[in-house]
Amino acid sequence: MKILVTVKEVAEAADDFEIEGTDIGEQYLEYDLNEWDDYAVEAAVQLSETYDDVEVVSATIGPERAEETIRMALAKGVDRSIRVWDDDVAAADLDVAAKTRLFAAVVEEEDPDLVLSGVQAADDGFGATGVSLADEIGFDWAAVVNDLETEDDLSMAHVHRELEGGIEELTDVDFPAVLTIQTGLNEPRYASLRGIRQAQSKEIAEFGLADLGLDADAVASPISRTGMYEPETESDATYLDGAADEQAGQLADVLREKGVVSE
Amino acid sequence: MSDVLAVADHRRGAVRDVSFEIVRAGRELADDLDGDLHLAVIAGDVDAFADRLSLAGVDAIHTVEAGEEFNHDLYAGATAALFEELAPTAVLMPNSVNGLDYAPAVANRLDLPLVADAVDLAYDDGLEATREMYGSKVETTVEVSEEPFAVTVRGGEWAALEERADVPVEAFEYEFDESASGARVQGFEEVGAGDVDIADAEFLVSVGRGIEEEENLELIEELVEVTGATMSSSRPIVDNGWLPKNRQVGQSGKQVTPDVYLAIGISGAVQHVAGMKGAETIIAINTDPNAPIFDIADYGIVGDLFDVVPALIEEFE
Repeated sequence: MKILVTVKEVAEAADDFEIEGTDIGEQYLEYDLNEWDDYAVEAAVQLSETYDDVEVVSATIGPERAEETIRMALAKGVDRSIRVWDDDVAAADLDVAAKTRLFAAVVEEEDPDLVLSGVQAADDGFGATGVSLADEIGFDWAAVVNDLETEDDLSMAHVHRELEGGIEELTDVDFPAVLTIQTGLNEPRYASLRGIRQAQSKEIAEFGLADLGLDADAVASPISRTGMYEPETESDATYLDGAADEQAGQLADVLREKGVVSE
Repeated sequence: MSDVLAVADHRRGAVRDVSFEIVRAGRELADDLDGDLHLAVIAGDVDAFADRLSLAGVDAIHTVEAGEEFNHDLYAGATAALFEELAPTAVLMPNSVNGLDYAPAVANRLDLPLVADAVDLAYDDGLEATREMYGSKVETTVEVSEEPFAVTVRGGEWAALEERADVPVEAFEYEFDESASGARVQGFEEVGAGDVDIADAEFLVSVGRGIEEEENLELIEELVEVTGATMSSSRPIVDNGWLPKNRQVGQSGKQVTPDVYLAIGISGAVQHVAGMKGAETIIAINTDPNAPIFDIADYGIVGDLFDVVPALIEEFE
């Protein structure tokens, strides 16, 4: 069995930041493995530990900088990685359809039985690529999975989809499938020192559009970002100021006044 | 004609709030486009749902009677078939958990550009959508240069449209065999039952990512003990396994309406706020003065919880 995990390196903005053009200034951004993808990687690695002959391959669309994040996934137990990038991809404003085309080409190349992706990316939060990909490649799918059990013959999975308001939907999904993974599915491991050492010798294959049988049209997008701004603050909170003990004193007064503290 | 097709959301026999909001968003967009608003109602007791959604501003309701509950193959297939029939300029779907499970498939098979999780829409010679990025720290505008297009709309961003009207209802024939679907719903499970129901509490002390380590929860436990409060939390604490699921406040957890909600180290992501904005008094302690939790707080303390909470415990000891 082969599992393909999509892994995105996402940017997180510092508490204090400035917008430059249509994005946050590069100096205010820190890059890390997307939190949802961390759970997807863990799910894939656990399956490879449970069953014999499971290969876990990660796929990333991202620049060379992303290799640090990819190494982290390799250190956690991913067997090898694919990184899709070239000048045309770099120049594009990738929308869901473009990412779908790129990952579909990777799927064609790798022929996985199961694709795991995070529900969404922490930075742009479209939350759409996994299901779009499933539809494109003709796999079955389930979105927002927070519990996963596989049949031992790996023909299907019993999943829980986390709906709103503390309700979970119990769904059976046939393989091959794409599952989009919600946080909390498992406990993502930390990379061990041994894992980090091993990751250094694992393969990160680079693919450009031509290597995937695509051209620049594949990353053309009719959606473009035209503006970014900080939302106006709507706060009309009464701020309790002073040193910590003064703040605590005022807060205690508020709580007593509201009559919620039993003394 | 430049029509809008919107798809209603319902679950276990009840129309979900976002359906009334998507009607508002769809009506506004249809006005901008000078077209009609079509509303699709798929699966379950469609006649009852259509009656519930007979709202002023909806020009036609299309019911698809197939299956009992949500199934993404049904929703994606029926929405795509309605699209082919009606040839609208815009397809609006909810950015609910079920929306996440079928809207991208609709966009993909119809080859439509997809703008996900929109919080505002404007149309003037093309769609301009507003959406958030970087965990709600910024808003962005995106323009779509192609038509038709698909959009998923975030719940709670448009005011519900409630005014009733007589809307023509048409049954739309769509063949669907759920047993042939590769993803089959087996049932539902309520999670988060357990020792306490945080929805009953008058005073909730709620803890978030700012607590940093599991052992630091002792500090909050102590505060809860001296004040007689009930402890709840935001999502990361439950994801980490530090508190059981029945303590989670938010979109996927519990909705709470206590007299006082004291948020400690919680930034106030939209999914969390959805679960607690109905609290009578909201108090927030956070080191980041720009944290969105302060936007909805009645009282704010900008400070380090590891300084403020011990001092607060002393007040009540």
